[in-house]
Amino acid sequence: MLKKRIIPCLDIQNGRTVKGINFVGIRDAGDPIDLAKRYVEEGADELVFLDITATIENRDTLVSLVKRIAKEIDIPFTVGGGINSVEDVSRIISAGADKVSVNSSAVRRPELIREIADEFGSQCVTVAIDTQKMNDGWKVFTHGGRKETELKTTDWAKRAEELGAGEILLTSMNNDGTKAGFALEITGQVSELVNLPVIASGGAGLKKDFEILFNTTKATAGLAASIFHNNEIHIQDLKKYLQTKKIPVRCK
Amino acid sequence: MIAIIKYNAGNTCSVQNALNRLGYENRITDVEEELLKADKVIFPGVGEASTAMSYLKERGLDRVILGLKQPVLGICLGLQLMCEKTDEGDTNCLGIFKNKVRKFPNKEIVPHMGWNNFTEVRGTLFNGISQDKDVYFVHSYYADISEQTTAVCDYISPFSAALEKDNFYATQFHPEKSADIGEQILKNFLEL
Repeated sequence: MLKKRIIPCLDIQNGRTVKGINFVGIRDAGDPIDLAKRYVEEGADELVFLDITATIENRDTLVSLVKRIAKEIDIPFTVGGGINSVEDVSRIISAGADKVSVNSSAVRRPELIREIADEFGSQCVTVAIDTQKMNDGWKVFTHGGRKETELKTTDWAKRAEELGAGEILLTSMNNDGTKAGFALEITGQVSELVNLPVIASGGAGLKKDFEILFNTTKATAGLAASIFHNNEIHIQDLKKYLQTKKIPVRCK
Repeated sequence: MIAIIKYNAGNTCSVQNALNRLGYENRITDVEEELLKADKVIFPGVGEASTAMSYLKERGLDRVILGLKQPVLGICLGLQLMCEKTDEGDTNCLGIFKNKVRKFPNKEIVPHMGWNNFTEVRGTLFNGISQDKDVYFVHSYYADISEQTTAVCDYISPFSAALEKDNFYATQFHPEKSADIGEQILKNFLEL
């Protein structure tokens, strides 16, 4: 049986891991390679690295970091942040990443999804969606959550699928960093709507949050950052817990 | 020397990193003489089948692969290209394995992405590997089951997770991305 994936996310700034709450208040959380190795050891199923600075000057730092990660890590990993073109993807994939995630650049120019899928295959393209619940429903935000768009989250997810996305990484800004649980409503809607793997992100605080996520939505993966970085939840313990709740997970 | 076939569809660097971690000297190449004299050949692949197949044909690599006598390991798209035919781009492939490659039905979650266990395993690649172990898959097309199937995985329906015929081996999953279990399977191949 296909296992539900547990994915630690490492936000990267100038080559270091950082973590903020509700997308602000950034602080240092350690060396990405050390953390990545620890997570592989603990039984993480994949890793996501998001370059939250993503400036042109940082590209070379990121590419060399990706090369180092690829040498050391024997599970799949995704790299995102500031990917604007097929050339950017080519550099990241050639450096050893398995997938790239695109966010603001895909909203600005949706054809980018198709271009990447045509060149590298759909399995390479994760479309990351940052979403927030507004008066008129769940909307898509870009630029690290700073900019509201006109797009309805469910519409954008469907469009991303049609354009050739291989996976959706859905982050609820309302829940991110709160440890109050995943955003079940929008995760449920998106995962019912698309026939793609959906990674739920934002809000995990307890082992039970993952259990509820997998029992109430069709999400195939749960992503979190601070609870893993701060050792509040050990991935192996989380998986043992989920196993006792009859949720299929990979145990080492 | 382990040769990794260089062509337009590849996760060649992941395979190379895995071989480096295991301490096997290796080279990414599309030069016929180098491929012929390598101890083992790995045929990786992610991408689209018809484009990859035309590329191989244009460079005569299809003929080179078919003529290899040493152990050859196809991975992911590599496995599919070693089959008879794939629905992806309605492509005739190398025909080493008699299997047909089809697309998973669209009503289900596709690609099949993540860690899945086997329902059956046999053969040298799986020495020391029990069927309850999980390996990493990411694919939208799958090879059906034949007598050359050496590992079965069940997603939507049972399909070939691995194939073997004479000196040709292939896995649908990515051993280079499957942590300790994948490393053992790669070692089993490298020590053939």
